[in-house]
Amino acid sequence: MSSTPRTSVKEAVARGIRRRYAQESVFRALGLGALLIGLGFLAFFFYTLIANGYTALAQTRLRLDVALDATVIDPTGSRDPAVLEGADYQKLVRDALGARFPEVTARGDLRALFALVSPGAGLEIRRLVVADPRAIGTTRSVWVLADDDVDVLVKGHVSRDLPEVDRRITDRQLEWLSRLESEGRVALRFNRYFFLSGDSRDPELAGIWSATVGSFYMLLVTLVLSFPLGVATAIYLEEFAPRNRWTDLIEVNINNLAAVPSIVFGLLGLAVFINEFGLPRSAPLVGGLVLCLMTLPVIIIASRAALTAVPPSIREAALGVGASKMQMVLHHVLPLALPGMLTGTIIGMARALGESAPLLMIGMVAFIVDTPETPLDPATALPVQVYLWADSPERAFVERTSAAIIVLLVFLLMMNAAAILLRKRFERRY
Amino acid sequence: MASSTLLLAVVGLAVLAYYLGRQRAVSGVLGAGPRVYSHSLPGYHGGYVALWCVLPALLLLALWQIFEPIWLRDTVLAQLPDDLRALPSQQLGLIYNDIRNLVEGNVVSSSPSADILAAASRYAALRQTSHGLATGAVLVLGIACLAWAFRRVRPDFRARNRVERAIEYLLIAASMVAILTTIGIFLSVLFEALRFFQQVSPLDFLFGRSWSPQTAIRADQVGSSGAFGAVPLFAGTLLISGIAMLVAVPVGLMSAIYLSEYASRRLRAYAKPMLEILAGIPTVVYGYFAALTVGPILRAVGESLGLEVASESALGAGLVMGIMIIPFVSSLSDDVITAVPQALRDGSYGLGATRSETIRHVVLPSALPGIVGAVLLAVSRAIGETMIVVMAAGLAANLTANPFEAVTTVTVQIVTLLVGDQEFDSPKTLAAFALGLVLFLVTLALNVIALRVVRRYREQYE
Repeated sequence: MSSTPRTSVKEAVARGIRRRYAQESVFRALGLGALLIGLGFLAFFFYTLIANGYTALAQTRLRLDVALDATVIDPTGSRDPAVLEGADYQKLVRDALGARFPEVTARGDLRALFALVSPGAGLEIRRLVVADPRAIGTTRSVWVLADDDVDVLVKGHVSRDLPEVDRRITDRQLEWLSRLESEGRVALRFNRYFFLSGDSRDPELAGIWSATVGSFYMLLVTLVLSFPLGVATAIYLEEFAPRNRWTDLIEVNINNLAAVPSIVFGLLGLAVFINEFGLPRSAPLVGGLVLCLMTLPVIIIASRAALTAVPPSIREAALGVGASKMQMVLHHVLPLALPGMLTGTIIGMARALGESAPLLMIGMVAFIVDTPETPLDPATALPVQVYLWADSPERAFVERTSAAIIVLLVFLLMMNAAAILLRKRFERRY
Repeated sequence: MASSTLLLAVVGLAVLAYYLGRQRAVSGVLGAGPRVYSHSLPGYHGGYVALWCVLPALLLLALWQIFEPIWLRDTVLAQLPDDLRALPSQQLGLIYNDIRNLVEGNVVSSSPSADILAAASRYAALRQTSHGLATGAVLVLGIACLAWAFRRVRPDFRARNRVERAIEYLLIAASMVAILTTIGIFLSVLFEALRFFQQVSPLDFLFGRSWSPQTAIRADQVGSSGAFGAVPLFAGTLLISGIAMLVAVPVGLMSAIYLSEYASRRLRAYAKPMLEILAGIPTVVYGYFAALTVGPILRAVGESLGLEVASESALGAGLVMGIMIIPFVSSLSDDVITAVPQALRDGSYGLGATRSETIRHVVLPSALPGIVGAVLLAVSRAIGETMIVVMAAGLAANLTANPFEAVTTVTVQIVTLLVGDQEFDSPKTLAAFALGLVLFLVTLALNVIALRVVRRYREQYE
């Protein structure tokens, strides 16, 4: 008890302050850490996507000297388009490959050799011949499509040093491939199948075009239905509805609909649109209807906010010069609120584009190769295509899934950028 | 597609009606000069005539579309020979389907007999007459109403009021859609769920501890008894959502606190939208990420620590789902934290509290109801989330609390039960609707509670 009480208080306070400041910095660091975790994940996420996906832009092709043998393509020499369409072009590709490796004669070896090229290679030759029938009888040097197993190997996704049992390419195939490579007959070319074709069991032929068209039709149906409905609902609730229990009920309903899990909307679509109304399964029309019900609350909420932002002076001026209430709303308030409504609609559409769970319920997970021509044809959507590919075991689908995701994200980015631009361009301060 | 041409014709008629009504109003009808005072603008007269022309015609068309199939079915079936008519209703339905498919040119289930062929040609003829009748009736009704409305156009006719009332009814009808959707969801899910509960007792469903949704093809096959006890699904859902909340709540809340209380204006302007990008990423992308990146990483880490981690572990799905929910928690909490009045903070600083003490002892307690509301909304999001768990969680119903094992959730089971071909009378598919009903009710309850909590809080400072 040598020190006076005064100094001990002072010391205690000083110690306390040190402790409290330490706590302060710990707390602050925790906050920053949390933020960095979130942003770090975002960075990691985009890094993996791009690192996995960019290789899907290119595709391995093999240069073969294909003899366009007239006896195979058009034995009678009629040059009839139907004959040209129906010929066995894959045989020409196989013959060209066989001519490259004359020492391969055993049946099993030949099959392994022919597995190096894609089943789609013949279709490319067909296109070449149909476009230019005079080529028949000549020998063309063509870059034909390689099989996906070759593709992943050339791109280095699957190591050549793996033991043979762990590879889908055998040692002999690898040897042939190395020979082609040393002759400069293997190269990476732009992957147009990815952008221009539909789904396929062969990864090298699979593309996102059908899914994109399906998504487009679906969004079209959604937009045509949900925009007028949403705007009309917002106008009624904001401008005309009396404040009573009934309108309260509608409001509570809209807020709750916005939070109902999307899969429940899928159940509704299955039970009502498909089972009760008998609409076709897998059709973009049904998908659009379901997504319309899902986006409706988003559009209504945004549209109501846009309507409330129009100042009362505009309304009073319109009423003051003798407009009726309906004229006031439709001629003066609505045009001013429209940009805000459109912004909300675009954001709702972007959400609808990324939605996949309800589409699984209404059968849009079917394997669909053909591009849908009307909203009633069976189709799939971009996010569902991602889901389907993510489930496929082939290694070559990994890069395609990532690339499809990148395309999906680019679409979403464009839609959100459009919404932001619209907001910037038409935003008014009253 | 005959009805679409008819629809186009009706629209054409409406355009004509608008033009006629307008012309009549402009020209000054019934002897009055062109400068006579008219109550409404010419466009409203035109609109009035057009509405009268279109609405009754469309109503008739809609009624026809609804009742035509019923009438066709009854007439065609009534003319079938007696031995076919005596069949039970289900088989009769199949025969009727065959008849219709024959007419549509689709593949038929069996080679058609002469009776069926005759019925098919009768069906085709009947349908053609029906279409002809419908076209005639709709067009005649449209023209008749047009003529009637056209004659009513006079200078003193209050066309504007009528048109405006019609528009208002349209607006009301539009706002009914939201209600109808909710009712539709509830009833459609409820009816199918009730059919399920006729076959499986609700108590077994809610409290049973074994889930293996099969229906037997033969009575003696292995595992023929389907078990529909949903407790493992509820437990799995809670486990994954719980892991997700363990990630999302601390990270989301702390980033909201940092962004609203510590971060500089510039950092906030960049970091906040970037964090919200996370909310805009489609869930299927998170699912892909969870299944292909996070799952293998967790497995590798687990192996190096000597832990047995399933490749579809609850942990992986929960972690990724938590990341998805971070922006949800953070932006909602950010709003409530910013809404705490500055005076409270100033008072606390004035007493000598540090920033973190102010946040912990003053800001957070007064923002608590809002934060609780945000967390409840996030929980309802997590429970209803589908794609992440479909892609990254398991299918087998394990009743376990071990996050390293694979569990399944309510949404996963709904998807697996309903994807693919199904028949709508087996408990297997109907179980999905029972699960959907539970999901709908739980999320609805969570939302209602959350909105209540948030609303009550807001009133404090107003």
